[in-house]
Amino acid sequence: MTTWDIIQAHLPEALLETLYMVVVATVVGIVLGGLLGVLLYVTESRLLHANRAVNAIVGFIVNAIRSLPFLILLVVLIPVVTFFVGDPYTPTGGAIALCVAAIPFFARISESAFAQVDPGIVEASVSTGATVPQILWGAVFPQARPSLVRGIVITIISLIGSSAMVGTIGAGGIGDMAIQYGYNRYETGVLAVIVVILIVIVQVIQWIGNRRAKALAH
Amino acid sequence: MSVIELKDVHVTFHEGGKTVEAVKGVNLLALDGEIYGIVGYSGAGKSTLVRTINLLERPTQGRVFIDGEDITDARGARLRELRRKIGFVFQGFNLVGNLTVGQNIQFALKAGGWKRGEWRERTLELLRLVGLEDRIDSYPSGLSGGQKQRVAIARALANDPKILLCDEATSALDLETTQDILALLRRINRELHITIVFITHQLEVAKEIFDHVAVMENGRIVEQGETFDVFSAPKHPTTKSLVGRFLGITLPPRLVRSLPAGELVELTYRGDDALEPLISDVARNRGVSVNVLHGNVEYFGARPIGVLIVLVSGEDAAVAAALDDIRGKVLKFEVLDRDELAAGDEAHDGEEGNGAEGAGDKTIPPTDTDKDNDKDTDKEATR
Repeated sequence: MTTWDIIQAHLPEALLETLYMVVVATVVGIVLGGLLGVLLYVTESRLLHANRAVNAIVGFIVNAIRSLPFLILLVVLIPVVTFFVGDPYTPTGGAIALCVAAIPFFARISESAFAQVDPGIVEASVSTGATVPQILWGAVFPQARPSLVRGIVITIISLIGSSAMVGTIGAGGIGDMAIQYGYNRYETGVLAVIVVILIVIVQVIQWIGNRRAKALAH
Repeated sequence: MSVIELKDVHVTFHEGGKTVEAVKGVNLLALDGEIYGIVGYSGAGKSTLVRTINLLERPTQGRVFIDGEDITDARGARLRELRRKIGFVFQGFNLVGNLTVGQNIQFALKAGGWKRGEWRERTLELLRLVGLEDRIDSYPSGLSGGQKQRVAIARALANDPKILLCDEATSALDLETTQDILALLRRINRELHITIVFITHQLEVAKEIFDHVAVMENGRIVEQGETFDVFSAPKHPTTKSLVGRFLGITLPPRLVRSLPAGELVELTYRGDDALEPLISDVARNRGVSVNVLHGNVEYFGARPIGVLIVLVSGEDAAVAAALDDIRGKVLKFEVLDRDELAAGDEAHDGEEGNGAEGAGDKTIPPTDTDKDNDKDTDKEATR
């Protein structure tokens, strides 16, 4: 098989698998991680709903997961994933591992986006007699949105990187293909194409994210 | 309309093992419909104190009463209900930058439970009140400081509050804009009958709109009363220093060096005490010459407080007797050190002498010059 044959035969599928893993992990990460981020922010803030115990516990769990390099997390999760979906060496297995990494990652990213909102704005919002959800939706989110968009871009790009690592244990995707052909079979051409594709994807995501963030900031 | 009463309020912070007592036993009574001012240097605890009124800071000890009702322990829905009736205006405006003017106000309307259908009309009504109805769709970044503060005031008034708290609300604004915002607050106070508690370090604000004033220093109120009384006869060193800086005038060192012999004296007096006849009487009776070198008059409400620098010269005994005569008739009497004044700051030698020494916040508001003109002719003596 020529390099071109390999690419034609495997690249579309590998890309789809990577896309699947990254999209699932991004959505789950943003939703659940964002909720944890809100929880961390709200329990930290004296003006909103300070709760040292909840903040410390959630913070500890988030830090604990984030302490593990993704490759180690992946290995640790193999039995868990096996329990839930049977075969861990599939894109779905990889997606679950990526979700577990994405949630605490985005929790910290979003927490820091919220924390950057001028406390004076929170003070003014509290002074109107608004409830905590009203303050979050009506003032903190609109103000944090540009930072959140930039944070989502960072999360997606980081997940693309991690998704390649999922390939190293044979769970599919573009990383899997790079290992199998580029590394094991010395198909430098395949590796080069994958490198170029990754660079293009990351650049495009960054460009879209920057534009969006700029449009949201007034 | 509301009466605000603080009884023995303390606020203590614990930060990194250190205990900071920001407010130490403050008693305060702001009357229904008045503008109550709290002045003091930064770090005096003013901001913390004003925040106890809507419980942004909860007193660690003491009670807060609004219209006789003890609100100190209010929480949850009751606390939010209270806060809707207490507007808050900040030094830094604190508008949500990514929302339009209209959306910023609608945030408060939502908090106050207004129906969606009423938002636009109410928002326009509020913006008309502050003179910005054409900026409803602007973002705060496109507004001037004064306009931002007007929007913040509109937001604070959204839920028909009975009380408006202002934390250095004009301190980020230039003098002319400050006058506009003060006029607006005055109008709101009168027309909507809202009790205002205003904290500031600017005496030009205090003298303009405060009915009663409290002077705060190191967490305590050291002096309080009617604004003119407090500033015309300051008793506590902090009040004296605030007033002194505000009224303070200096002579150009070059002028001091060229003066003939005699005692240089700074006199502070109530503007309605008619100091000039006294000075000419003293000069005639004691056979001394009294030269007015410099003067300034500031109005607190409608009443003036003046300060004069005079040079009294003649025979030593006569000068001493003349000084004694004057001393009893003024609020403050201070013999100036000529050598110190003459040394002065060479860099400022060429400037007009009516800037205050070292006090960065002291300038004579341009808007005051008109009404001061008749009382201010003494300044001609320096030219």
